[in-house]
Amino acid sequence: MPFTVYKGEVAIMLEFLQQLVNGLSLGAIYALIALGYTMVYGIIMLINFAHGDIMMVGAFVGFYSITLLGTNIVMAMIFAMIACAVLGVLIEKIAYRPLRKSTRIAALITAIGMSLFLEYMTIFLIGPQQKVFPHSAFPHKEYDLMGLLITNKDIFIIISAVVLMLILQYIIKMTKTGKAMRAVSVDREAAVLMGISVDKTISITFAIGSALAAAAGVMVGVYYNTINPLMGIIPGLKAFVAAVLGGIGIIPGAMVGGFVMGILETFVSGYGSSLYRDAVAFGVLVLILLIKPTGLFGKDTGEKV
Amino acid sequence: MLQVKEIDVYYGAIHALKKLSLEVEQGKIVTLIGANGAGKTTTLKTISGLLRPASGTITYKGVDLTRVPPEKIVGMGISQVPEGRRVFAPMTVQENLEMGAYLRKDKKEVQRDMELVFERFPRLKERRKQLAGTLSGGEQQMLAIGRALMARPELMLMDEPSMGLAPLLVREIFEIIKDINSRGTTILLVEQNAHMALSIAHKAYVVETGSIVLEGTPEQLMNSEEVKKAYLGG
Ligand SMILES: Nc1ncnc2c1ncn2[C@@H]1O[C@H](COP(=O)(O)OP(=O)(O)O)[C@@H](O)[C@H]1O
Ligand SMILES: [Mg+2]
Repeated sequence: MPFTVYKGEVAIMLEFLQQLVNGLSLGAIYALIALGYTMVYGIIMLINFAHGDIMMVGAFVGFYSITLLGTNIVMAMIFAMIACAVLGVLIEKIAYRPLRKSTRIAALITAIGMSLFLEYMTIFLIGPQQKVFPHSAFPHKEYDLMGLLITNKDIFIIISAVVLMLILQYIIKMTKTGKAMRAVSVDREAAVLMGISVDKTISITFAIGSALAAAAGVMVGVYYNTINPLMGIIPGLKAFVAAVLGGIGIIPGAMVGGFVMGILETFVSGYGSSLYRDAVAFGVLVLILLIKPTGLFGKDTGEKV
Repeated sequence: MLQVKEIDVYYGAIHALKKLSLEVEQGKIVTLIGANGAGKTTTLKTISGLLRPASGTITYKGVDLTRVPPEKIVGMGISQVPEGRRVFAPMTVQENLEMGAYLRKDKKEVQRDMELVFERFPRLKERRKQLAGTLSGGEQQMLAIGRALMARPELMLMDEPSMGLAPLLVREIFEIIKDINSRGTTILLVEQNAHMALSIAHKAYVVETGSIVLEGTPEQLMNSEEVKKAYLGG
């Protein structure tokens, strides 16, 4: 397909929009991961450092679903989400629940331990090499939209991320379970007085957050083509920065923070140098902590989940 | 209906309740009065299962509540209006009421009960889509009461519902409590406002540093020299 060629200001404009499109897919991925961080923090005040690694496990479940079971990408994503929902619930039950009444630093150290455990357990089980996400599962296509180059990967990632976020919003705003999650995050004791089981609600929160991370993991496989057991670390940290940027514990904040981080990153590698790509995230973190530690959406009465 | 027998409750090393006993008879308003820090809130929290007694029993309709998980106790017919209202501030008035009916499966009846709450508190109806955190103190107290009613309790525990309210509102709240009781709900009312509490109660207990020091009918307590001096301002 011949692409239209533009010159001058139009070209500059197009280049800008092109970066924006590229940033949107990456941002959608960060947003999905950031949601899990923020939901878990909202309900038990824990930065779940193993969250990026749950994303990695999701990517591998998706990979094996495609290569061993021969499923398509959507089924792979669904399998990954189910597997990681179970994994998230188990991690909370086994590692975090016994520490719920101990200090936050003890829980934080356990989370870091859990992160290392998932990374090295995966290396132990399947080796440290990267695996290539099969092209057959996602035949590359690109479209020319008035001069903008859009790939079917971008479309797939953005549409599935938006669908998942809408489902999440529906659960949290409209369902009894979602309301219980909000109630527990606002006032755990009062929630118990309503008859809400705190344990069950926390389990559900981990299940949902981990499922979203798993979906993001499959998207990362699609986006970068390769996956490896340590792939969760950097996107995990960036998504964490996204959650802090939006205001940790605030769901719309995580979504906006994720997109901002993704777009920022593509612009830096597009216009500056990809060498600075990762540094940007941490620069942003330092800036937020200096200027507005509660994040973009943070205020004292902000809704938390 | 409810028998609390010689319970001991600790916060770490602090011995908050010492062999405290009290009884609530079905259909009555029983009040527990006492100074700040006497152990009133601790008593209600222990009945609701938020705290566990180190010893002693709490029997409700023949069941030992100290073995029931806290989130199951409301399902047995005991709801609480906690101290300081504790409404879910970032949730709407309607969502707060829905949370009160969290364990109920009878959707139609829940809808009906919500309408009844709105009839009782028309200001809540006007504000049903508003966030609870934006309500005034009196409205929040009404929401906390409405929320507890949504569980269709047989026994309602109320922790200082008059706290921080203007005198006119205090009167209104006590009228509401009387009315709820007259429709069949038993009430255990904790108060520092001894005057008002004694004026509506059928039975009263006085708690001091974690133990019951006096009990009797409101008339007996109002005439007791100790109560007059300590709680009724002379
Ligand atoms: N969370 C807590 N930790 C430690 N001590 C507490 C706690 N809550 C209450 N206490 C202590 O227990 C005693 C009884 O408190 P409480 O039941 O709140 O009294 P009241 O409701 O009658 O004002 C007080 O001495 C209080 O300081
Ligand atoms: Mg109190």
